[in-house]
Amino acid sequence: MNKSIIKLENVWKVYKMGDTDVKALQGLGLDIKEGEFVAIMGPSGSGKSTAVNMIGCLDVPTKGKIFLDGHDISKLSESELAQIRGRKIGFIFQQFNLIPTMTALENVMLPMIFQGVDENKRIARAIQLLELVDLGERINHKPTELSGGQQQRVAIARALANNPEVIIADEPTGNLDSKTGTNVLEFLEKLHRKEGKTIVMVTHDANLSKIAERTEFLKDGRIVKSLSNHR
Amino acid sequence: MIKDYIKVGVSNLLHRRMRSWLTMIGIFIGIATVVALISLGQGMKEAIGNVFLNIGSDKLAVMAKSSSQFSGPPGSSAASNLTTHDVDVIKRVQGVDVVGARLIKPAKLEFNKEVKFYFAASMPDDEEGRKLITEFNHYEPEKGRLLKNGDKFKVFIGNSVANKGVFKKKNIELGNKIKINDAEFDVVGILKKSGNPQQDRVVIVPEDALREVLKIDKKKVDVIAVKVQKGIDVNNVAREIENAMRRDRDLDIGKEDFQVQTPQQILSILDNILTIVEIVLIGIAAISLLVGGIGIANTMYTAVIERTKEIGIMKSVGGRNRDILLIFIIESGMLGAIGGLIGVVLGFGLSYGVELAAKNIIGTNLIEAYFSYYLFFGALLFSFVIGAIFGVMPAKQASSLQPVEALRSK
Repeated sequence: MNKSIIKLENVWKVYKMGDTDVKALQGLGLDIKEGEFVAIMGPSGSGKSTAVNMIGCLDVPTKGKIFLDGHDISKLSESELAQIRGRKIGFIFQQFNLIPTMTALENVMLPMIFQGVDENKRIARAIQLLELVDLGERINHKPTELSGGQQQRVAIARALANNPEVIIADEPTGNLDSKTGTNVLEFLEKLHRKEGKTIVMVTHDANLSKIAERTEFLKDGRIVKSLSNHR
Repeated sequence: MIKDYIKVGVSNLLHRRMRSWLTMIGIFIGIATVVALISLGQGMKEAIGNVFLNIGSDKLAVMAKSSSQFSGPPGSSAASNLTTHDVDVIKRVQGVDVVGARLIKPAKLEFNKEVKFYFAASMPDDEEGRKLITEFNHYEPEKGRLLKNGDKFKVFIGNSVANKGVFKKKNIELGNKIKINDAEFDVVGILKKSGNPQQDRVVIVPEDALREVLKIDKKKVDVIAVKVQKGIDVNNVAREIENAMRRDRDLDIGKEDFQVQTPQQILSILDNILTIVEIVLIGIAAISLLVGGIGIANTMYTAVIERTKEIGIMKSVGGRNRDILLIFIIESGMLGAIGGLIGVVLGFGLSYGVELAAKNIIGTNLIEAYFSYYLFFGALLFSFVIGAIFGVMPAKQASSLQPVEALRSK
């Protein structure tokens, strides 16, 4: 059995909305092993995004513990979390979240700047990744000059920039037509199969979740069902 | 890493070109004004310093105490109480080498039927005295000559006097005649242009002749010029002269009705006045810099709000708080520095323009633009610092955003 790469233990996240407390996560427990492809499903408001923010070190829990590679990260400062995110986690968002003023190449290089990677190495790596996602011809194009599918592929290349162990994809096909969506999914699957990346994908589409090895169903901020997908 | 942040900053500034320009206008107007004022102020100080250097450090002047320093040429503003007796008293002071007395009097001047009331000054009738006054005032003929022994109704004039600075209708040439209180004088010399307006407007005649035409008492003098012996401190001699004259006139300390001035004293008074004027003007200009800085802060706050999502993205891909802080501070610093660069160039351009205008229109060399690399790079650094300082608060706000919330913004 592979070792645990991300483990959530009794994680609570409570937001204050005026006088009321909104409990986004209520004792969430989750164990993701190295090299696994896990889908997280649930209706809207079930706490999927909050859960994925915790897994991706974008947010810290109100209560509970989060272990990344065996280290508790729930008490780390924002800057320490940023360092971990930059090195170990790659994000793919539904909205692509590329920086509009930067070219595809610059967007892919950005995570490497924050890790202090030398400029020449950065450029070489970014070009290599953009070629990997079939965008070698469009490296100097800005996001507005690219189609949705192309933008999402730039985002995938960016997620891979620092060769992270975990890729977190939050509704990665939500803004794409079904054909480009399938392309993106195939790409994720390839990353998982060939590169052995751990992938955590959030989706509300049961069909998409089948690509994962395991699907965790979330409701009211906790896991209500876990399903292994035998492919 | 800083290099990368500068690149990010440049690309952001270029992306919002119009806003960046408008923001920078505030800074470059401020910096241009400050640089021009410092450049002209320093230039003026140097030019004035040079004028006094020309007089030499071994000379001093004695004149009646004046209530106002700026109403006319030295010695002309107060009813003079100096006499040839004072010349004798001064001659006896230890350390004094040569003494020359002069008269500086308002007179009716006439040339080519144009009448002007203006100052005429005398040149001593002895060779030594003439030499001293010539050195003191740096008289150098451009055409003709200065005065010599045996001259009586002869005159030499400053460059502006010859070139319509006083008489507007016609240039005065060598050999022309001008009338002083209706007595005719031959123009024997025209001085080189000195750049000092006062010096360029002198009308100098032999002492004897001036006393005669203006009917001045034989004993009265207006200014006594003194040259001290070689190797003796001019300030000590100045003090000794003051003591001797006070004793001679039986006056208490502080009640003197005369004053002894060394070039250094005058220079330091002028220097102080110029420095105060400079500080006041730069203070006023600094207000525009402050306004420029607030403009930068405003632009950067807007940028933080507009780019909240971008900040979230940067944080999600590993940007730490201090990376975001640096990116924003560098960006606002660059707004300041680029604005400053344009400002410095404009400022020096402006001061050269003023110098040219002063030379060509007023005819003075006293207004000079002063250039130094310290001023150049100092102003650049200063404008960068202003930009950076005014960018600190918005940058702090940007860096402290929570990544999840920042990503959620539109």
